Amino acid sequence: MSHGAISSSTQRLSSFGPANSIERSPETHPLTWRLREDGAAVWLAEYQAKDGYSAARKAFSQMSQDEIVQTVKDSGLKGRGGAGFPTGVKWGLMPKDESQNIRYLLCNADEMEPNTWKDRMLMEQLPHLLIEGMLISARALKAYRGYIFLRGEYVDAATNLNRAIEEAKQAGLLGKNILGSGFDFELFVHTGAGRYICGEETALINSLEGRRANPRSKPPFPAAVGVWGKPTCVNNVETLCNVPAIVGSGVDWYKSLARPGSEDMGTKLMGFSGKVKNPGLWELPFGVPARELFEDYAGGMRDGFKLKCWQPGGAGTGFLLPEHLDASMYAAGIAKVGTRMGTGLAMAIDESVNMVGLLRNMEEFFARESCGFCTPCRDGLPWSVKILRSLEQGQGQSGDIETLEQLCNHLGPGKTFCAHAPGAIEPLGSAIKYFRHEFEAGIARPSLTLKSALPADA
Amino acid sequence: MSQNSLIQSDRFVLTDSERSAIEHELHHYEDSRAASIGALKIVQEARGWVPDGAIAAIGELIGIPASDVEGVATFYSQIFRQPVGRHIIRVCDSMVCYIGGHESVVSSIQQQLGIGLGETSSDGRFTLLPVCCLGNCDKAPALMIDDHTFGDVQPDGVAKLLENYP
Repeated sequence: MSHGAISSSTQRLSSFGPANSIERSPETHPLTWRLREDGAAVWLAEYQAKDGYSAARKAFSQMSQDEIVQTVKDSGLKGRGGAGFPTGVKWGLMPKDESQNIRYLLCNADEMEPNTWKDRMLMEQLPHLLIEGMLISARALKAYRGYIFLRGEYVDAATNLNRAIEEAKQAGLLGKNILGSGFDFELFVHTGAGRYICGEETALINSLEGRRANPRSKPPFPAAVGVWGKPTCVNNVETLCNVPAIVGSGVDWYKSLARPGSEDMGTKLMGFSGKVKNPGLWELPFGVPARELFEDYAGGMRDGFKLKCWQPGGAGTGFLLPEHLDASMYAAGIAKVGTRMGTGLAMAIDESVNMVGLLRNMEEFFARESCGFCTPCRDGLPWSVKILRSLEQGQGQSGDIETLEQLCNHLGPGKTFCAHAPGAIEPLGSAIKYFRHEFEAGIARPSLTLKSALPADA
Repeated sequence: MSQNSLIQSDRFVLTDSERSAIEHELHHYEDSRAASIGALKIVQEARGWVPDGAIAAIGELIGIPASDVEGVATFYSQIFRQPVGRHIIRVCDSMVCYIGGHESVVSSIQQQLGIGLGETSSDGRFTLLPVCCLGNCDKAPALMIDDHTFGDVQPDGVAKLLENYP
């Protein structure tokens, strides 16, 4: 397999841009220091030679289940799937009642957010890191069974995870009486069959149960009533991959990782895509200035392209202007400039891109992927697509921009059943805010239309 | 009315290997309904798509109404309820691939095969579909042909790519 260089279209893909080639150490890069430079998967022997499963051994022999939960709580670890909910708090919601002994741990590996490819790297190259993270988490949560809900298109990730699970079973790291502790945990890979909405945690539960992936009403939260009505915890791949280092090396070390000023702890897989010189994915400390990510890691824009705006973390986050690159990459740092950090994988939009066309593409995606359960989302998103298409073709009508703004309001947080529609209109609202003139340019001028509709001699 | 008469079945029978693969799948879950998506994928892998009769047969095997199986089959984008080509082309249409020029890649494929998105070429060789972000954003535009993913695809490179899929 070739790595480092951009692959040509005749090659299978295997690299992740420069993620494997930056300098990494266990002290500073808990997620990625074990990556091989050639990008191949790290199997059990190599993983164990690189200190793998030592955190699990520590968790099983030296820590009580409550101590593991408390450690994760104290570390300040937050969910890495985009919403950023504190992981320890989520874990703490699992029932205290010991008689509820059928519990599930689900790994959300349904990575479909446009511009997000961090979980794919972890699963393809470090499958045992995820398994170790799930093993420790399952022990803490008293889950006897886990499922990795993996999107169907991630073929290589499925192969590697299944092989790693087999290795772990053979080594007594999964199955019955793990590490002589009396604790049993079995782990399955469940592959999906498409639809972005499966990444919403309650939709994911419905999908795992073999139903249509409509989100469920909350409360009850999955911790109380989850898969098959049992207490369930759903965590993202990258979140679970943080657990071994936190347990193994401790809270004080973990809290020293982020840059000063960051309220979020630890490191984050961050990236930059678009017409930058060096598109890719890197493990960086929270609090790193977006400008450092853009200029030092992504290398700035390619020759001939000028940065127009950027998006900090996936399709569901708002657009920011070049001057906002001074913001720091952590939740509150990005909130200060008006949007969410999301997945932390940023995208550069260059001056050649028309915002109306870009938003048309994005809203087509969100409209197609709406589960159709609630009306604002099911009907509002296709409406926005219709308006954006006509604006793109220069056939918009006066009032169209106001209608789009109204849709942004009616599809906003709290007005729909889940976060799909609010995520869909976040980029739309910010695009209108910063680039209103591009939307106005799509409105057909009544006088011109009238003139061109009349016969030449009229 | 029995399930079989709800959906017209042309005496559809699951093969032994399909049946045993689905039964194996049942062991992974607390409740047999959870195997419905896996069962649809098993049938699709063997036959390329999911014929009407399979809906009732799966329902019967795992013990849920055929209408529920159909509800699931029509919800998920990677389950095909009509015949598809020998090879599936899935073009990533995420915003990163949009910026990378995926629309001209799609046009190139459409011109060469004479089909639109969601259609199958007349020789039954290819079906062209859009797909959610394939997670190859550093190599946009990306597409998948069957289980193979390709990046940095250019409109003029499409013909050569398709050659490998007779």
